[in-house]
Amino acid sequence: MQDYKILVAGDSSVLIQFEQKIDPLINRRVAATVQLIREQHIPGLVDMIPTYCSLLINYDPRVILYDALVERLSQLMKMEIAADSGRKRVFEIPVCYGGELGPDLQIVADHANLSPEEVIRIHTSTDYLIYMLGFLPGFTYLGGLDEQIHTPRLPNPRLLIPAGSVGIGGSQTGIYPLDSPGGWNLIGRTPVKTYDPNRAVPILVEAGDYIRFVSIDRAEYDRILDLIERGEYTVPVHEKEA
Amino acid sequence: MGIRIIKAGMLTTVQDLGRTGYQAQGFNVAGVMDVRSFKIANLLVDNPENEPVLEFTLIGPTLEFTADTIIAITGGNFNPTINGVPAAMYTAIYMHKGDVLKFGSAETGSRGYVSFSSYLKVPNVMGSRCTNMKSSIGGFKGRKLRNEDYISFRIKRRYLPFFLSRHLEPDNFDHDHITLRVVMGPQDSAFTRDGIDTFLNSEYTITNEFDRMGCRLDGPFITSKNGSDIISDGICFGSIQVPSHGKPIILLADRQTTGGYAKIATVCSVDIPKLVQSKTDTKVHFKAITVQEAQHLLLAEESEMSAMRAAIHKPCKEVLECRLTAKRVRSLFE
Repeated sequence: MQDYKILVAGDSSVLIQFEQKIDPLINRRVAATVQLIREQHIPGLVDMIPTYCSLLINYDPRVILYDALVERLSQLMKMEIAADSGRKRVFEIPVCYGGELGPDLQIVADHANLSPEEVIRIHTSTDYLIYMLGFLPGFTYLGGLDEQIHTPRLPNPRLLIPAGSVGIGGSQTGIYPLDSPGGWNLIGRTPVKTYDPNRAVPILVEAGDYIRFVSIDRAEYDRILDLIERGEYTVPVHEKEA
Repeated sequence: MGIRIIKAGMLTTVQDLGRTGYQAQGFNVAGVMDVRSFKIANLLVDNPENEPVLEFTLIGPTLEFTADTIIAITGGNFNPTINGVPAAMYTAIYMHKGDVLKFGSAETGSRGYVSFSSYLKVPNVMGSRCTNMKSSIGGFKGRKLRNEDYISFRIKRRYLPFFLSRHLEPDNFDHDHITLRVVMGPQDSAFTRDGIDTFLNSEYTITNEFDRMGCRLDGPFITSKNGSDIISDGICFGSIQVPSHGKPIILLADRQTTGGYAKIATVCSVDIPKLVQSKTDTKVHFKAITVQEAQHLLLAEESEMSAMRAAIHKPCKEVLECRLTAKRVRSLFE
């Protein structure tokens, strides 16, 4: 049975909509569909925005018209998308927790009735699935935060959160890619630039990848920061079977 | 050699058609608001289709040229003057070193464009030279222009063939009522039949919450079936989202990549310029057409652009009218 819909989104976009549910399996179908479409090099395709359970495709109607594109996509969708090999990239993001780089670690610990060390252990023990990126360049919507450390947002959002800050907001955790305002509890900071417009690949990760946080001390933080400034640091990535 | 910004105006930025290819990573497209005026500005000076221009909003800038070049001014009428003398719009104009081009406030429309035959020297960041103010990248230092900024030219190009033929009929943006053609969807099914009737048969008003990111409208409440929150999905140029307050918000050039409100319809590409050239209090009606009709309109506009290109690439018949010729040629010899 067809488990997706292709919907019109104006004269220059279509939306492929899967079952509307936040679920890792559906999200993997979205990522696999992006991959499949990319490999086809469809002329006139301008951009794709994969989200939790949909994929928006922007195209140039001067090159391909709606009816032809929908026909082409319907053919593609018949291919076995589950053919996705299941090998997943996991980015290991070093984080210096607590102290001046993570001023709200104690708030999270108090809220969970845990020690700061236990919060760090829990936060670093999951491979977080990147469901999608949005809101800011490189801002990841991660799934999988342990319920024990869910923490309400701050009552008064901060006006400026430095890039690299790692926070918890409600049931979500993530990294601020740019200096920006925000209301999440800041538990640490990574020296890694998840977004750097001057890099060949400006944004490090893609939807469908995973992030694993690794606890480092301040000396290691400074050492990595120094390596990054000299262009000599690469984020460790390993593959795992999904 | 380039332009010195004597006065920056209200919101003047370097823009092209936007930075695509990175939306999956949360990177919004930005780019010009009025694609048609942008394309005509470049067409008049034989620039590539996607060459960056200056876009200005409601109050235009004052620019001093430190080198000769050829420009074209399109979009809303900001009563441009060159050294105090009214300047022609939708016309290729030869600018001399030392000339001062001054724009006033928008008499018609709300956004103006000026293209340069010598190309603005701003870096290509991730495939585009447009300013993305949210991420502070691209354009001139990733921000809107300020007084005393200086932008160099990339090349010297001071000759264009058929110079006297290079003028087109200006578009008229003097409207206090517009009809926007829309393609329904992708989430029109989230609204009740009454809600959709209300949307298509009511008069809405553009509020003062209208910027490069989006335009909020006021008017009758559009009812949804079960609230209008959805699981976040992608947004395109012209998406009309209706949050729980029941009033439409149309998302524009600086829109975020994703959003969590149902989108009842999308404004047709050819009608977006009408919207972005409107001012607060303009009345808006929506009219549904099919996606095929919308694409037909887009292709027709493309043919119109080709016809414009052809029209400015043939000898000027007006050469026979001595007075007009003298007027247009004069600046070349001054």
